[in-house]
Amino acid sequence: MSDPTKTPGAISIRHVDKVYDPEGVHVEAMRDCTFDISAGEFAIVVGPSGCGKTTLLNAIAGFDTITGGEIYLDGELISSTRHQIKPNVDRMVVFQNGALFPWKTVIENITYGPLVQGKMNKAEAYARAREMLDLVCLNGMENKYPEELSSGVQRRVEILRALINQPRVVMLDEPFRGLDAVAKTVMHEFLMQLFCATRRTMFFITHDLDEAIFLGHKVVILTTRPAMVKKVVTVELPWPREHKVMNSKDYLDLKGEVLEAVHEEARKAFEAGEREMA
Amino acid sequence: MSQSMNGERRPAKSDRLKKIFDKFFNIETLRGVSTVAVFCGLWQLVVYYEVPYLMYLPRPLDVAKKAISSAAAADYWVDWVLSLLRIFIGFIAAQVVGIPLGLAMGISRTFKEFTFPIFEILRPIPPIAWIPIAILFWPTRELSIYFLVFIGAFYIQVINVIQGVSNISLNQKLAAYSLGAKPKDIFWRILLPGSLPSIVTGMTVGMGVAWNVLIAAEMIAAQGGLGRTTWESYTNHNIPFIVVGMVSIGLAGSLCSVLLRWLGNRAMPWTKKF
Repeated sequence: MSDPTKTPGAISIRHVDKVYDPEGVHVEAMRDCTFDISAGEFAIVVGPSGCGKTTLLNAIAGFDTITGGEIYLDGELISSTRHQIKPNVDRMVVFQNGALFPWKTVIENITYGPLVQGKMNKAEAYARAREMLDLVCLNGMENKYPEELSSGVQRRVEILRALINQPRVVMLDEPFRGLDAVAKTVMHEFLMQLFCATRRTMFFITHDLDEAIFLGHKVVILTTRPAMVKKVVTVELPWPREHKVMNSKDYLDLKGEVLEAVHEEARKAFEAGEREMA
Repeated sequence: MSQSMNGERRPAKSDRLKKIFDKFFNIETLRGVSTVAVFCGLWQLVVYYEVPYLMYLPRPLDVAKKAISSAAAADYWVDWVLSLLRIFIGFIAAQVVGIPLGLAMGISRTFKEFTFPIFEILRPIPPIAWIPIAILFWPTRELSIYFLVFIGAFYIQVINVIQGVSNISLNQKLAAYSLGAKPKDIFWRILLPGSLPSIVTGMTVGMGVAWNVLIAAEMIAAQGGLGRTTWESYTNHNIPFIVVGMVSIGLAGSLCSVLLRWLGNRAMPWTKKF
């Protein structure tokens, strides 16, 4: 990987607003949302369903515009009302429902980025991809098609497909949703191992509070729609973490703190939902 | 990449022969053959007991005899060639025009807004209804028939391609953009392979309609071809050959389906494994 002492990937989200369909339905998804993620940090974003987490991710990725505020990546403006940088390899996204290309094999999927950008030739890209597959014990899978793999393996391949590009930020939108608890623990260890090996900034959206505290340096809790930052909880548990940390008092205290904040917002979201239904 | 990846060695020649043998002579084939045999048996019974309304049905054995004598005559194979040629020309023309048109309609909303209404007005006209105007339009009968086969396969393919393009998930497109793809990469590496399953379905269905249209067109307007010969057997009261003609048309259609399925599997190795 590149110079380990100076990792890029600091994200600064400044007073971001997002209103969908301002003249029509006027749905306010984000209001004055402000927080920072330092370079090489594992940041977790939690919040009630439909609160605007994915909206924020889309804005950072360059898939969607914002209606107020600015987003910076390493000091460079990437999104504002007047300025929108297109999606790029420096901001990789791993999608909620998986977005591997079913017509490509595992290794073709992983090498798609470097090859389509012309950054590596085929031999280099394949060698690099094999190295990564070896690292996470997925060697032997390279010629399989995504639909032949379990959803857990699909997610791992998709994460490798993102990381091979050495992005400044990896954004994961509930990547382990739908996996069972046992598979999840394996995935967490996998992700932590990759994170330690690559030290890319992580922007990780989840609903699972254990996942949030176990993986994150920092948990950003968003309010119910419109999304604002409710609370930022710093997780000062030593790295790399093992699953037994989940029984420690520090961990449980942190979880209590996060749970309380999330629960408050969940209740608000629930009540708002009741009102909307009425 | 050239050495085998999964550690399988290339099978010896005798193994390969055995594999081919096993492929054709197995329980599945036996089941299929037994049903055909039972069908022929029932047919024989129907003829033997002179079931009402079916008394003109020739005996299976007469049909078989007729088939063998026809197969020995060159005329019979000329009909095959004529029909297959008409199918291929019309069908390929339909793909060459239909696939790009469908892609354009699937990709560009503006283009679709311009073209879809006229398309939807013309589409419900059954291909057979085009026969009179096709004969008037085209200088030769042969060209009219190509055109009719084209119409038969064309609309279905366009509709399928539009569907195929819209079935590609937004996330896959966004992922490709994130990975550094340019619009031309999105077209060649995402939209095209992503809509390929629908294109193959469009071909399979279109091929069925193409044969329908071909036979009708041949019976009305053509010189030679399996449809024409079957019709002429009726006018000549050559009843066994009517059945030979029908079975030939069935076989020719199946042959085209098998060919398409083989091509589809070759083009889409990712769908074959299930």
